[in-house]
Amino acid sequence: MSFITGVGLTPYGKHEGSSSLDLMSRAAQAALDDAGLKRSDIDGILCGYSTVSPHIMLATVFAEHFGIRPSYAHAVQVGGATGLAMTMLAHHLVDAGVARNVLVVAGENRLTGQSRDASIQALAQVGHPDYEVPLGPTIPAYYGLVANRYMHEYGVTEEDLAEFAVLMRAHACTHPGAQFHEPITVADVMASKPVAMPLKLLDCCPVSDGGAAFVISREHTGELGVRIRGCAQAHTHQHVTAAPGLSELGAEISIARAREATGLAISDVRYAAIYDSFTITLAMLLEDLGLAGRGEAAARVRAGHFSRDGAMPLNTHGGLLSYGHCGVGGAMAHLVEAHLQMTGRAAHRQVRDASIALLHGDGGVLSSHVSMFLERVR
Amino acid sequence: MSSSERIADWTKGEEAITYQTCAACGHVQYFHRAFCAACGASDSREARASGKGRVYATSLVCRAATPETRAHVPYNILLVDCAEGFRVMAHGENGLAIGDEVDASFTAFAGKLVPFFTRRK
Repeated sequence: MSFITGVGLTPYGKHEGSSSLDLMSRAAQAALDDAGLKRSDIDGILCGYSTVSPHIMLATVFAEHFGIRPSYAHAVQVGGATGLAMTMLAHHLVDAGVARNVLVVAGENRLTGQSRDASIQALAQVGHPDYEVPLGPTIPAYYGLVANRYMHEYGVTEEDLAEFAVLMRAHACTHPGAQFHEPITVADVMASKPVAMPLKLLDCCPVSDGGAAFVISREHTGELGVRIRGCAQAHTHQHVTAAPGLSELGAEISIARAREATGLAISDVRYAAIYDSFTITLAMLLEDLGLAGRGEAAARVRAGHFSRDGAMPLNTHGGLLSYGHCGVGGAMAHLVEAHLQMTGRAAHRQVRDASIALLHGDGGVLSSHVSMFLERVR
Repeated sequence: MSSSERIADWTKGEEAITYQTCAACGHVQYFHRAFCAACGASDSREARASGKGRVYATSLVCRAATPETRAHVPYNILLVDCAEGFRVMAHGENGLAIGDEVDASFTAFAGKLVPFFTRRK
């Protein structure tokens, strides 16, 4: 058994002058404070990567900097799925008795630490070095290809996709730490600059600075505990050229495994924290996971289903699309928000009942998937 | 032809798309390897593809990330299902749609040769 005993999150956006280590440290301190633990209580550290400050041993660089001598430490790299993959590993480490309290941390000055071109170029390298990268694709282009096919198969329109950007922005407007606070409309998304069609600027998450951290422990420290009920992964390919067809999606495989591991059904879920690097990513994952029927997720957005007061509140902090995306920390903000919701600490964003949450992360081009169920316990 | 005698393709500057067929299990693969990714056998046959295919997906890139590629925007990136049973990423003429029958040619892009598909006449 394992519990998420503390969470820490910085605002996302510009942190001029902060390094990746600075942002990791701020988030880690906040998570320790939240858990009511000291540095000496932490015996495991898992960290992500920083494209601005690459290092072959980032976990020990951080441990030394932050002042911890753990008995278990290393970095993890699964692209956008890294945060949940680290949480899954921490869960198993704690469950197996390898560590008592594992600090999971990531942070990156991805916005101010390098040019936007450098960032886009670094990320495009997830493409095949011989067969894809010479063609000049970008991450939005990889997802643009996926979007084009998915829209064709299920009759999804660009206006449908725009609904997800509008929803995430509406949620971000209620969170002081979000990168964007100006409301947008479907017309704004449609009129935004083309990036890689059918994806336009407002269909894409921004590049941000920020940090996020959690503590995963054997026992819960507060009155309310957030227990990791169970989780699973699926990895079907790396490159979009080698991706399986839409009938064999990794998210469907990982959620089936997670449901089997926990005995939970989608109908048990009360809060959803789903990876949203692009509007198409969110639309597809909602449908892959069974949170909406094929081609029906946008209609559910319009009906208020995924809003704070709807039947399935989704990414109430604004997601990657509008809270921001600082790399590994990006999707960790989804878990921080889920934790706040589950423990009744989300202030004016609080939903009615977040007793069971479903989290899902995606790395690469829908390549790597992690599905996780969290449960509130007393 | 064994995998050790590799046929040059566009990734080596030759006007060709090549693929491998496993002699043991028949699996077809596009990314060249010394073995079959499906069964592990090491006697894949390599061949030049006909260049005929069907568009699986398209994305018109309007925002490029490097000075070399920016000179080409907008450019249309495609996934094409080739007649021989494998999928390639390539460039293509603007306006291509899913399901279009296409033929491969080759063009210069950012200092390299890349496959470029046009609608079959």
